[in-house]
Amino acid sequence: MNPRLRTRRDAFRIAGFSAAGLALAACGVQGQKAAPPKADAVQDFWSKQTKHGKVVFANWPEYMPEDQAPLKKFQQATGISYEYKEVIQENAEFFGKSEPVLRAGQSLGYDIIVMTNGIQLQNMLQLGYVLPLDHSKLPNFAANAGQKYKERSYDPGNKYTIPYTSGVTGIAYNTEHVKEDITSIQSLFDPKYKGRVGMMADAQEIGNFGMFALGIDPEKSTEADWRKAGDKLKEQRDAGLVRKYYDQSYIDAVSKGDVWLTMAWSGDVFQRQLAGEPVKFVVPEEGGTIWTDNMLIPKGAANPVDALMLMDYLYQPAVAAELDEFIQYVTPVPAVQDLLREKAKTAKGEDKKALEDMVDSPLMFPTEADYAKLRGYTPLTSQTQQVFNPIFQSITQA
Amino acid sequence: MRRLTPYLLALPSWMWLAIFLVVPMVAMASVSLQTGNAIDGFAMTFSFSNYGDAIGRYSTQLVRSLFYGAMATAAMLVIGYPVAYWIAFKGGRRKSVYLFLILLPFFVSFVLRTISWNFLLADNGILFGTLKDWGLLPDDFHVLATTFAVVGGLTYNFLPFMILPIYVSLERVDPRVVEAAQDLYATRTGAFRRVVLPLSLPGVFAGVLMTFVPATADPINAAILGGTSNTMIGNIIQTEYLTNLNYPTASALSFTLMAVLLVGIFIYARALGTENVLEAAAR
Repeated sequence: MNPRLRTRRDAFRIAGFSAAGLALAACGVQGQKAAPPKADAVQDFWSKQTKHGKVVFANWPEYMPEDQAPLKKFQQATGISYEYKEVIQENAEFFGKSEPVLRAGQSLGYDIIVMTNGIQLQNMLQLGYVLPLDHSKLPNFAANAGQKYKERSYDPGNKYTIPYTSGVTGIAYNTEHVKEDITSIQSLFDPKYKGRVGMMADAQEIGNFGMFALGIDPEKSTEADWRKAGDKLKEQRDAGLVRKYYDQSYIDAVSKGDVWLTMAWSGDVFQRQLAGEPVKFVVPEEGGTIWTDNMLIPKGAANPVDALMLMDYLYQPAVAAELDEFIQYVTPVPAVQDLLREKAKTAKGEDKKALEDMVDSPLMFPTEADYAKLRGYTPLTSQTQQVFNPIFQSITQA
Repeated sequence: MRRLTPYLLALPSWMWLAIFLVVPMVAMASVSLQTGNAIDGFAMTFSFSNYGDAIGRYSTQLVRSLFYGAMATAAMLVIGYPVAYWIAFKGGRRKSVYLFLILLPFFVSFVLRTISWNFLLADNGILFGTLKDWGLLPDDFHVLATTFAVVGGLTYNFLPFMILPIYVSLERVDPRVVEAAQDLYATRTGAFRRVVLPLSLPGVFAGVLMTFVPATADPINAAILGGTSNTMIGNIIQTEYLTNLNYPTASALSFTLMAVLLVGIFIYARALGTENVLEAAAR
């Protein structure tokens, strides 16, 4: 073999390896942890913004009447045209897709997005991906939001978010198959329902129920509590009680009878009840979860002033009532209950019945006693997430 | 200039490979060796232990995925080969219609088609509900949330990718070759076994390649049709990327999966005696 050739080949090889090494080292993922903005910087930002006459609203499916009447009225009242997109199916997925875009300093193309008060929202806030709100432009929110919806631990003082709607995680059961009244979370652990129990795949949702079953308050829980809850859920799994760990599809499964009882979100069940399906929803006596889907303006939004105007517009009681009549979750505007009651008086036939059901439903208008049983998600930081998530994912994704 | 022409012609494909294959692969390889979290950022630490940790934690799902992928591929072969054979040799003038029919479901989204199975196979759905009403099935019989449902879904979803390449290679078999074999006193099965089958092996190889890889990595079927013990590695990678923002673990798992698949395909190619893997796949 020609020695000269070999050395040249070796040189190429070394050059190749070092180039690969350099390339490897160069592709980092930068952190973006942001310091909270100073108050005058926030004012300064908003003072420079103007109305553009356009707003893009990204929301979840079935969160807006099909005719989009509230948005149309907003357009008539303000002259701001809107685009409404149902693009959010899951917090984790939506955040996972958005994060690299926001990290690169680019715009998502939405002026308002709606996110639940879970891990992803906390990440958004910590990473500085959310614009702080100018409350001087939110008079309807100040006047009409219920006190509970102004005091949220995940966003003190509503600095970044205001609620769109709230809901309760409890138990739904199929009354054709389950003949007893379900009242307790222990039913989800009852061997007689072997293979007929649905649980949620979301780490925070299932974690909460594991903790409720053991009498632990998830809002005040510690790592030791999570492990205990994990063990309890693992027992349930290993005993073959759980049919499947569900995302949104649990509601079809329980109304078709594939599962007989399952963790469930109140509004879904309420909609199915109105459709005449044999499902019932209970907040277990040990406790249930209350969550809130929040409107926020992502960093880089093109029309922040218009977004703020729309967010505030939705806090007029009449508009909130129209929305809630369709969404059937818990509205952050308490005056809606009276408005719907008034409407029920003049309505006729099936409409009247449906409205009366809504007004009296503890799922849409929880009483103080209901609220007392309800707890929020476990507050998690970027560090504790890395302990919390694997504990519960090792059960749902074994 | 003339000497450069072939290289200039090849340039677009090289650029394509460089931009859409090499760059992302290097980026992913880089991420798989980093440590950190999404909030504080990731730093390159050349921590090869990411691989050990990821494989250690998810070996069950990794092995399960390969097993499901292999089962589905075998099922596709058993179903797909006769179909391809029939179309190629008995299809007559309507060959293109049959091929179109096989591709027809592809006009509907992958996810929707998988969800449709969910409706068809529901415990008390059209099929099983009726059979249960007639007393032909026990009340607690179910197919959803079982391994069978997941492998069945994979088989259904990727079947055309098995049929088409086999069809192409069978289509190319000259019927006179078969005649010649029979003239030389081969029985019909003998002619098939010694002439047609070997000639169609490149198609089988391409079919297996095109189905085993996506079936093994697929996250959709397990999520929609599976139960509590059917999680596949694709689901894990998805969760690690999108839910946990644990990019290093997700990248390490992706690379591991890729490596295992490559080794598997290499062994398969050797076993099949295909001289040149690329040539066979390209044919």
